[in-house]
Amino acid sequence: MTQIGHNISLTERARRIRRHALRMGEVQGQGYIAQALGVADVLAVSYFHATNYRPDDPEWEGRDRFLLSIGHYAIALYAALIEAKIIPEGELATYGTDDSRLPMSGMAAYTPGMEITGGSLGHGLGIAVGMALALKRKNSSSFVYNLFSDGELDEGSTWEAAMSAGSYKLDNLIGIVDVNQMQADGPSIGVLNFEPLAPKFEAFGWFVQRVEGNDIDALVKAFDAARHHTEAKPRIIICDTKMAKGVPFLEARDRNHFLRVEPHEWAEALRIIDAGVEA
Amino acid sequence: MRRSKYIRPTHLESGSDKPRLTTSAMIASIAGPDQPTRSAPFGNALAALAHKDDRIVGMSADLAKYTDLHLFRAAHPDRFYQMGMAEQLLMMSAAGMAREGFQPWVTTYAVFASRRAYDFVCLAIAEEMLDVKIVCALPGLTTGYGPSHQATEDLAMFRGMPNLTIIDPCDASEIEQAVPAIAAHKGPVYMRLLRGNVPVVLDEYGYKFELGKAKLIRDGRDTLIISSGLMTMRALEAAKLLQKDGVDVAVLHVPTIKPLDEVTIVAECRKGGRLVVVAENHTVIGGLGEAVAGTLMRAGVAPPAFRQIGLPDEFLEAGALPTLHDQYGLSTIKVAEAVKAWLST
Repeated sequence: MTQIGHNISLTERARRIRRHALRMGEVQGQGYIAQALGVADVLAVSYFHATNYRPDDPEWEGRDRFLLSIGHYAIALYAALIEAKIIPEGELATYGTDDSRLPMSGMAAYTPGMEITGGSLGHGLGIAVGMALALKRKNSSSFVYNLFSDGELDEGSTWEAAMSAGSYKLDNLIGIVDVNQMQADGPSIGVLNFEPLAPKFEAFGWFVQRVEGNDIDALVKAFDAARHHTEAKPRIIICDTKMAKGVPFLEARDRNHFLRVEPHEWAEALRIIDAGVEA
Repeated sequence: MRRSKYIRPTHLESGSDKPRLTTSAMIASIAGPDQPTRSAPFGNALAALAHKDDRIVGMSADLAKYTDLHLFRAAHPDRFYQMGMAEQLLMMSAAGMAREGFQPWVTTYAVFASRRAYDFVCLAIAEEMLDVKIVCALPGLTTGYGPSHQATEDLAMFRGMPNLTIIDPCDASEIEQAVPAIAAHKGPVYMRLLRGNVPVVLDEYGYKFELGKAKLIRDGRDTLIISSGLMTMRALEAAKLLQKDGVDVAVLHVPTIKPLDEVTIVAECRKGGRLVVVAENHTVIGGLGEAVAGTLMRAGVAPPAFRQIGLPDEFLEAGALPTLHDQYGLSTIKVAEAVKAWLST
């Protein structure tokens, strides 16, 4: 898709996204690091394989829209936008500080490439529906992606949007669910059981794929299939990811919705990421 | 009238021969028997405007017919989006449409836009300063269906929302003028809608709607009624009644609740010696009355007396609309009686 940096592998892109996220996390000493590490592969495939954009013109009309409805995952998207050169890497050190363009929760007015304000959960998919309808009005061939989380499946508004997308047969809408099985109060299934998930979206009229969300080859195939699917249906890629993927000592922590990382652990985490050590 | 299933209505006990009005339609007419009306001023005005402005799209949550948007749908079927009975989705998808350069006009009932979809109006639309127009039927007490459908606190809720412009028009001609004015204003707007056969009241006063402006519709030396929405027509009618008793009433119409025209309000209240009454089709908590009171306090203006006509801080009864307007003091006769009583104390 995008022509930038074809010589850099998606695995390397994901590694760099993890690295950017860890360095931002270190600025605060804590944060939604586990989500960022978990969804890095999805973002690498999204930004370096599946979506059209122009780094120097984030509002280019012909771009694919990538909506992050999970505002607290902003650190993950910032990392991807830095890697995509939409945000200069030099701004990384400002993460979550006064006057920064990179606030803790993602807001459209602050950050180039941030399409919506997503801090109140359950807004993304519905906005994506409106944008997909609007793009059809404009005869645009752009896709609308919405990355949302398993926690947002608790929100009724997500299901209003899911039903309407099926009803309108929005074949220019691609939902991506990050199923990382962790919410603020504990494991997602224990908060509210959303399984079986794939049949729910199928019943709502979506083209559904479920993939290992930390398997780049599987993600590439799924995004290709979503984009090139011929039925007039919205598409969804359910991505089973692992919280804190790539840093085993963080993966091992039970309560990792909002990670506290000791000062000496950041360098260790970066070392592990750089060495490509897997769990 | 009693709010209890355990107490039988008194007229059944006493065999009263007073005719009982029926609740009847969901949207009862607010027009008096002799009032001239025009049909569906909003739907007709928006359909006409859309011929000139192709950014306009209409979106509804299964209530197009009951918000007069069906006329827009009939005129521009390809620009109408039915989002189903899903008000959160209605607001989210309107935000998406606006992000892509369109100007969505979304309609539902005021209770559903405020109580049910508040977070989505706030963060998906207002925080982003998106050009979405939210037009809602059944504001305040304009249906006898009870609290499920009576938006008695919509202004209190929406006044707290930054960026949102709030309009409470009085009659058919004002709605017709407000539609293009709102379209020309860039940003989110909430407008309370009178639908169906809407009275025509303001034409005889030569009134012209201006966004953000309060207008003195008639002057008077004894009492100043500051009002919005349908209460302006009640205030004007009450003023005519009171004139016969030698009471001279001024009426200041405030169709823009936010931003409030504080300059005009303060200037009128500074003209000393007049009883100031704020009349609104809304709970007395957090609406126009308290907005005016706060404005006067901040300006250091103290009228000899300040009174509120509005709905009480309680869930209202179900029943026939004329009965309820009498019961809660919104009818012309009750407004006139209240003013007279306050002047005599």
